[in-house]
Amino acid sequence: MAQSSPGERSAKTYLYYRHKLPIRVMHWINVIALTILLMSGLNIFSAHPALYWGQSSYNGRAPILQIGSATDANDNIVGMTRVFGHSFVTTGVLGASKGSDGELMDRAFPSWLTIPNGRWLSMARQWHLFFAWLFVINGLCYVAYSIISRHLSRDLAPTGGELRSIGQSVVDHVHFRHPSGEDSKRYNVLQKIAYLIVIFVLLPLVILMGLAMSPGFDTVWPGWVDIFGGRQSARTIHFTVAWLLVAFVLIHVFEVIITGVWNNLRSMITGRYRVDTEVSNESP
Amino acid sequence: MNRLRFHPGRRLFFRALAGAGAVVLAGCDKLSRTQWFPKFLGNTEILTRKAQRTVMSRNSMAQEFPESARSPEFRSNGTAMPNNAQYKALAAGGFGAYRLEVGGLVEKPASFSLEELRAMPSRTQITRHDCVEGWSAIGKWKGVPLTAVLERVQPTAAARYAVFHCADPMENDGTSPYYESIDMDDAHHPQTILAYELNDKTLPIPNGAPIRLRVERQLGYKHAKYVMRIELVDSFEKIAGGRGGYWEDQGYEWYAGI
Repeated sequence: MAQSSPGERSAKTYLYYRHKLPIRVMHWINVIALTILLMSGLNIFSAHPALYWGQSSYNGRAPILQIGSATDANDNIVGMTRVFGHSFVTTGVLGASKGSDGELMDRAFPSWLTIPNGRWLSMARQWHLFFAWLFVINGLCYVAYSIISRHLSRDLAPTGGELRSIGQSVVDHVHFRHPSGEDSKRYNVLQKIAYLIVIFVLLPLVILMGLAMSPGFDTVWPGWVDIFGGRQSARTIHFTVAWLLVAFVLIHVFEVIITGVWNNLRSMITGRYRVDTEVSNESP
Repeated sequence: MNRLRFHPGRRLFFRALAGAGAVVLAGCDKLSRTQWFPKFLGNTEILTRKAQRTVMSRNSMAQEFPESARSPEFRSNGTAMPNNAQYKALAAGGFGAYRLEVGGLVEKPASFSLEELRAMPSRTQITRHDCVEGWSAIGKWKGVPLTAVLERVQPTAAARYAVFHCADPMENDGTSPYYESIDMDDAHHPQTILAYELNDKTLPIPNGAPIRLRVERQLGYKHAKYVMRIELVDSFEKIAGGRGGYWEDQGYEWYAGI
């Protein structure tokens, strides 16, 4: 943390009520739901570890992505991943990884990344669909609350001035320079844009692509899935967006850590965020 | 850059976090093996069915495709040849001796030969088959609408489900015959057919000859192959595992619309 040098500046520190209770509750419900959705989703994916583009999986074209295993000359199991026609050996992570007994076994994603740990499609679907409902209801509550409480317009919508300062914000982020003092009470412009993209693009898209895989939901307006390339394309998009969300979470957690992990965590638990303002004594 | 350094407290924190994660994961696995937790999670099936039936109309149609979208070969999944002597004898005779029995809660129980089924009104549809595993295949199916068969036997007012009893045993010792069930909404749906042709040819054995159910608004495991008998019931609780189908008895959802 930046220290003020005595004599020149004196720091004023106070706790600012940054996150209201509904936001905090919905944030943590989302953390639980998305984690379980990802891990149970990877178990579901493992039942047919290949992705295609188009309406069906059997259209004469090779899968875009395929995770599988083979045995080498010494009868050892080897994990193989093929992406756009290029094959990679991915033993230990993809295609073949160690189970709880320490033995290599044939599985798309390692057991520690999936719920349940072992191959169990019906149970993974139960987890996935339950938490999908929780996630959707929580998300709808969040959007409704954000509009009504003006969280969206006040805290998330970037101002014109902020949008013009994107360049500076990018430079600041690259140098790990983060707003401090009074400025730290607000989201910065890159943060706002990232949140808005996640809330209004990625999350709705991942839900819609999940629904696109439902033969029941597809009958609501027959053919709507073709807008996204067909059911198998929808499955591919669902999988891809899930990993984009993982990328977002990694960046989000990284920013949380480097801008003061305890302060940030406290503000998302109790709502209170410590603000260090530096009051200059030089002014006349 | 001082704030980026990993001091011991922080390292401990992340170690604790990883440990907590492992404990939670093990907990998830334990929960999966209890009786009550899957049952609790399973409540979403009711929510999903009700929600889908609300946004879908009773006769909402599954997408139908042009000939060009057909998969070069229609994948056979699960049983490719029922391990059943009676079935094998029927197959050897080109299913000439096959009779589809329809009974249970009906006014006029009846049985139908393949010839009789072929002589009834037919429907041809090119549809997408979505397996619960995640893959899809597109095929052209021809068959008799189930509703036409039901019209002949006249289900009573008490009939709530149609149960399909199949020829393929799911255990190596020849037990656990495959079965499935659908409700009357799906039974009377225009795209619900008893298919006897796939891609303009007599339905092959790996795809369910001589009769395979098509329930286009649900996942693949509902589309029972090798259908021998249809039974109209008011409840499937007393049939096999009591959950309405072979895969349902293994923990899959009865309503497979998602």
